[in-house]
Amino acid sequence: MVMLPQVEHELHKRRRSRNIGLLVVLLAFVALVFGLSVVKITQGDMMQGYDHRPRASMLPKDPAPPGQNTAPVAAPGTPAAQQGVAGASQGLGQ
Amino acid sequence: MADINAYEGSREGGFEAGFGDYVALLKPRVMSLVVFTALVGLWIAPQPVNPFVGFCAVLFIALGGGASGALNMWYDADIDAVMKRTAGRPVPAGRVSSQEALALGIALSGLSVMMLGLAANWFAAGFLAFTIFFYAVVYTIWLKRSTPQNIVIGGAAGAFPPMIGWACATGSIGLESLLMFALVFFWTPPHFWALALFMKDDYSKAGVPMLTVTHGRKATRAHIFAYTLVLAPFAIWLGFTSVGGPLYLAVAVVLNALFIAGGWRILRRNEEQAQADGYLVEKRYFRLSLYYTFLHFLALLVQHWVGAW
Repeated sequence: MVMLPQVEHELHKRRRSRNIGLLVVLLAFVALVFGLSVVKITQGDMMQGYDHRPRASMLPKDPAPPGQNTAPVAAPGTPAAQQGVAGASQGLGQ
Repeated sequence: MADINAYEGSREGGFEAGFGDYVALLKPRVMSLVVFTALVGLWIAPQPVNPFVGFCAVLFIALGGGASGALNMWYDADIDAVMKRTAGRPVPAGRVSSQEALALGIALSGLSVMMLGLAANWFAAGFLAFTIFFYAVVYTIWLKRSTPQNIVIGGAAGAFPPMIGWACATGSIGLESLLMFALVFFWTPPHFWALALFMKDDYSKAGVPMLTVTHGRKATRAHIFAYTLVLAPFAIWLGFTSVGGPLYLAVAVVLNALFIAGGWRILRRNEEQAQADGYLVEKRYFRLSLYYTFLHFLALLVQHWVGAW
């Protein structure tokens, strides 16, 4: 049996350079996406999911949220309640 | 081996591309200017950016610039083959097919815009998308072959990167970023017209309506000087904004004085004089123009470290 010399064709060299190049590019891309994810998470932006909306649980507590009446509520049966002090009927008996 | 040779012969130009050929499609030399100006725009912006996010943003801006370069090479393969300066590019040389250049250009355009949006913000990403469209469609397809003002309009695409870098940090446009745009925009025509003065045969053969071909060389010399005069005030004005300072101002004054002097020398010469000394003045002016933009942006960067006004 005659052993033929294994000569690498030029085409194979070019193809290998392309494949190695693509591998490096893909690995670099994965590293970039991973790094970006780490930075975005550790930066602590008040973001949730992919919709970039503030997460309610991360928002600072508002002492007087809008729409909520903070006026003192008169206890039922007291003179103040009978006179109709603001907020007397709110939140009670509903 | 027979099957390999058959495959080789079936390809456009009978050649299988290596990785470097695809990199060459992205015009790495043009990309270096894009990277540098975008980096400076991002760095000197008033809002600080996380270094890794900034690195990614500049990388994706460069990738977008490369994508528009690939689209340009896809469309311009016929005229690139005629011009000596561009005949060795991958598509006209037959190393990469024009369909591959188109596919790579479109794929990288989408990828770069999407990734810039996720890394920085969607305003900057939209700006990048517009820049790619402007260079590939407005300049390359619509105007390059139809008007002698092609270089002026094409210059806008090259002037957007510092604005995109600024937008990555701030999410908006500012006076400073507009002035950086003006600096590159008004610098581009005299830079390319000086090149066209001593590379005249290339553009004539390709049928590209360069100013030297359509309006003559005397008019081109006058245009170079006029643009040099228009450019100087914008370069100096940048020195009085929030990103400027004494160091930048000193660099800008010296460079613009040299640039105006060079433009004046070009204006005063005629073709006989230019041919007699092998376009020495024009070549010197072209070399100076290469340093002009680089040094302006470098001065902005150094000024930022030293401390602006």
